[in-house]
Amino acid sequence: MTDFLLELRSEEIPARMQAGARAELEKLFRAQMTAAGIAVGDLTIWSTPRRLALIANGLPQATAAVSEELKGPRTSAPPQALEGFLRKTGLTQDQLEDRDGVWFAVIDKLGRATAEVLAEAIPAIVRGFAWPKSMRWGKASASSESLRWVRPLSGIVAIFGEALIPCEVSGIPAGFATRGHRFHCPGEITIGSASDYAEKLRACHVIVDHEERAALIRDGATKAAADAGLSLVEDEGLVIENAGLTEWPVPLLGRFDEAFLEVPPEVIQLTARVNQKYFVVNDADGKLANGFVCTANIDAKDGGVEIVAGNRKVLAARLSDARFFWEQDRKTKLADHAKKLDRITFHEKLGTVAEKVERVARLAEWLASEGIVPNCDPALARQAAELAKADLVTEMVGEFPELQGLMGGYYARAEGLPDAVADAIRDHYKPVGQGDDVPTVPVTVAVALADKLDTLISFFAVREQPSGSRDPFALRRAALGILATVIQNGIAFNARQIVASAYFPISWNVKLIAIDIDPDEKRNILDHLYHARSHSFEIRSENDFLVMANEKPVHARSAREAFIRVPDLGDLSETSDQIVNFLIDRLKVQQREAGVRHDLIDAVFALGGEDDLVRLLARVRALQAFMATDDGANLLAGYKRAANILKQASVPAEAGTQGGAAQALEQDIPGLRLSPERMTDVDRALLTALDTAEPAARNAVEEERFTDAMAALASLRAPIDAFFEGVMVNDPDEDVRAYRLGLLSRFTGAVHGVADFSKIEG
Amino acid sequence: MADAAETKPLSFQDMILTLHAYWGARGCAILQPYDMRVGAGTFHPATTLRSLGPEPWNVAYVQPSRRPTDGRYGENPNRLQHYYQYQVILKPSPADLQEQYLGSLAAIGIDPLLHDIRFVEDDWESPTLGAWGLGWEVWCDGMEVTQFTYFQQMGGFDCKPVAGELTYGLERLAMYIQNVDNVYDLRFSDPVGDVPGVSYGDVFLENERQFSKWNFEVADTDSLFAGFKAAEAECNRAIEAGVPLAAYDQAIEASHLFNLLQARGVISVQERANYMARVRDLAKGSCKAWIDSQSERWTQNYPGWTL
Repeated sequence: MTDFLLELRSEEIPARMQAGARAELEKLFRAQMTAAGIAVGDLTIWSTPRRLALIANGLPQATAAVSEELKGPRTSAPPQALEGFLRKTGLTQDQLEDRDGVWFAVIDKLGRATAEVLAEAIPAIVRGFAWPKSMRWGKASASSESLRWVRPLSGIVAIFGEALIPCEVSGIPAGFATRGHRFHCPGEITIGSASDYAEKLRACHVIVDHEERAALIRDGATKAAADAGLSLVEDEGLVIENAGLTEWPVPLLGRFDEAFLEVPPEVIQLTARVNQKYFVVNDADGKLANGFVCTANIDAKDGGVEIVAGNRKVLAARLSDARFFWEQDRKTKLADHAKKLDRITFHEKLGTVAEKVERVARLAEWLASEGIVPNCDPALARQAAELAKADLVTEMVGEFPELQGLMGGYYARAEGLPDAVADAIRDHYKPVGQGDDVPTVPVTVAVALADKLDTLISFFAVREQPSGSRDPFALRRAALGILATVIQNGIAFNARQIVASAYFPISWNVKLIAIDIDPDEKRNILDHLYHARSHSFEIRSENDFLVMANEKPVHARSAREAFIRVPDLGDLSETSDQIVNFLIDRLKVQQREAGVRHDLIDAVFALGGEDDLVRLLARVRALQAFMATDDGANLLAGYKRAANILKQASVPAEAGTQGGAAQALEQDIPGLRLSPERMTDVDRALLTALDTAEPAARNAVEEERFTDAMAALASLRAPIDAFFEGVMVNDPDEDVRAYRLGLLSRFTGAVHGVADFSKIEG
Repeated sequence: MADAAETKPLSFQDMILTLHAYWGARGCAILQPYDMRVGAGTFHPATTLRSLGPEPWNVAYVQPSRRPTDGRYGENPNRLQHYYQYQVILKPSPADLQEQYLGSLAAIGIDPLLHDIRFVEDDWESPTLGAWGLGWEVWCDGMEVTQFTYFQQMGGFDCKPVAGELTYGLERLAMYIQNVDNVYDLRFSDPVGDVPGVSYGDVFLENERQFSKWNFEVADTDSLFAGFKAAEAECNRAIEAGVPLAAYDQAIEASHLFNLLQARGVISVQERANYMARVRDLAKGSCKAWIDSQSERWTQNYPGWTL
């Protein structure tokens, strides 16, 4: 067994690509070895900015000899078949074996030297390597076919045992020589084998193990901060990035002018992190301190004094820019910043950000005034929404887009706006992803919901809904944000009603954007339409713009060329159905990801007719609890049996008890009545149980008492079990048979009123 | 030279002269700045047009560069609307380009065992030139001192072979070497005998004040718009007439007028993309015309070479 070392040396590989490159190297190497029949155990894969290394321990010297058997035609087959088989195998007839009248070819494949396999595999790995972005370079790039790599590939080390694997990729031959640290050890060094590789590099100021470098940075940065009485703000992403930028990491602590601490701490941290890849530190009280830790790539002759001084100067220049923005931005009120939003296009078909803000403000105000978001002051919701996007035109957010919202919150507080408004501006983008905080303060909830609802509805309105994996406007994320906010806050959210109410004015706003119309007139129309939303509205004719609200015309125009440009926004109810279904689909996905059994979700959702998302979830939870009980499991068994019998008898399982139930009380079963003397006790017991359980379950569902609904169903368990035990459904008496089938149909119907048990597995 | 630098840091002009000597000794033709207003050294036809085609091309030059929106009326110690770039183009990119570059840093007095030199990913793209490349920004103690790029495309055409481009930010490097915090405090030249040296501020402070005012407040936007249109039309005429070098001059002109219009704040966000696309079309058209005018010679002299 022999060890193999491969090193691919390159000009500096971007830090963010190194983890992917290690995985790619492993994948390609394993694929090559598997194809050649070489078993590979654990691999060691390392990366630095200047090299990818792979060590495979214990490879065989050669692949095993294999004997392959191929079945051929029957000996009695026509000669053409035999000729074809001989061509395919490359054998002659006398080399074949006749086994019971069938030709067999036995081909012995000799083992191949592993070294030979590796010599072919290395160029294949290099040429097949997938980088997120690759490039051409040097003389060879005069041809389009030249090798592509992430940056120029500069050397290959390939040693099997102590022997060189002779191979070449694009004019670069494999050898024993590599290079150490760019500055500490610039000459060539010779590697003997896989076993001395890491140590020889270490002697030349290269720590080839990326995890060791990460640990050095983590510990070194923590210690550098602690030595100065500070604590490091941990940032694992930054640890890995710095490990990907260095071969010999040396964390160094520096200080910056305390005066910069007047800038919000998030800004300082972001500047330090994104632009300079520095860690920041906290003081003993956990507040941001005027220090940073940079990671140098050398053991500097002066211990790093010059390096710290240089980095400090760069950070100071960055922070003075940030402070300048912080001061400049506060000279203008948010309301005045917001006026500039009409210069920014939100989407070609949806107008400017200012127009979006107007829609969101109206929607937020409406969510508050309708009580959909409870305990929310509509005026504050409107004010917060109107200012929520104002920071997009500030200098600070222009420089650091990831600070959107946060800076608006700071600026709002600085100009003395109410805390509720400042908080809503700060947090209205939340939740940004899974695990992010969900807004809980009423004004914030209203703005956050309105913003995401507007995005969802308006993109659907202009037919820009996601398809397949394409979701360029992140509508799935918006939907998930809406759901998380609604669920966490227990908001009674009737999706169909809310979407339909919101869709109407939003779609009109979108239409009006396309029409050349005076802004004041546009606002006037929208005012009417928004006002009419909660009552009634009528569009007499879209084509000549007779817009009716509460049966009064608010705008009339018959400009032919104008109407041609009006986008076709589709049927109102059709589009809002699409949006509701999209929300429900997301809810299902979200619940499934949260570990709720998908069949229970389907069982509840399959019934339809329930648009309140929070109620839907409550029902799923009650069903889940019920199915965990004995009653639930047995009821399910009874249901399945009943459904089977009904299916065999071609009696449709009743869809639900609504409507038919009242009648049933009079008549036992619609259209059927059996004289008491022909009924058994178990028939009667089931009928009595159904007469009680059906209305109890129905009322409980209507009153949102889902646990009670389940209890009502549970009361059916004993009678249904007794029924199956005590009587034959398929009684020879036709009337009795029809009656019992009717009973079972009522039973399944009663169950369906709560959940579609046919979707439940088990 | 390195020893001298350690005792007394180079003046701004000596730094340029040192770089000229360094790259001249490595086979570069030392060109002079292009005589038009440009936003970066890359706009010089010695880079844009000459990075196309199979012929070797090794040049270095200083290019005064103008970015009107970066003007700060001479009040910001780091930002200027007019500054110098030192540009090196080596085609095809030599195998030891990184080592040659690091040698140039040593020549102007940067000791890589005292200062932390790093190659940090930075993909370069110029939408107005239809160009992109991969490479790094080179950091010295956390400060970006050079843009290091392997050109992959120019004017929408593949670079065959690839050229290596080094763009040094001269003021930043000089501030670093001379250890000053304010660009205007840089020693531009050293005193010689009775003749006093001058500072960067002596040379440029008043320019920054006046040009910031002109860029942001004074420049007549109607004539800028008219100039843009005229340059666009003239560029297309020159392309038609088969004089791509002259066409390219007009593309440069249009690009700069667009930058001035931006500084005047009269181009909306929506229009911005449109103007950039128009400039890109001019640059691409010029590159295409340049290729058309040269390709016969290129394929003759470099058998097997294709566009």
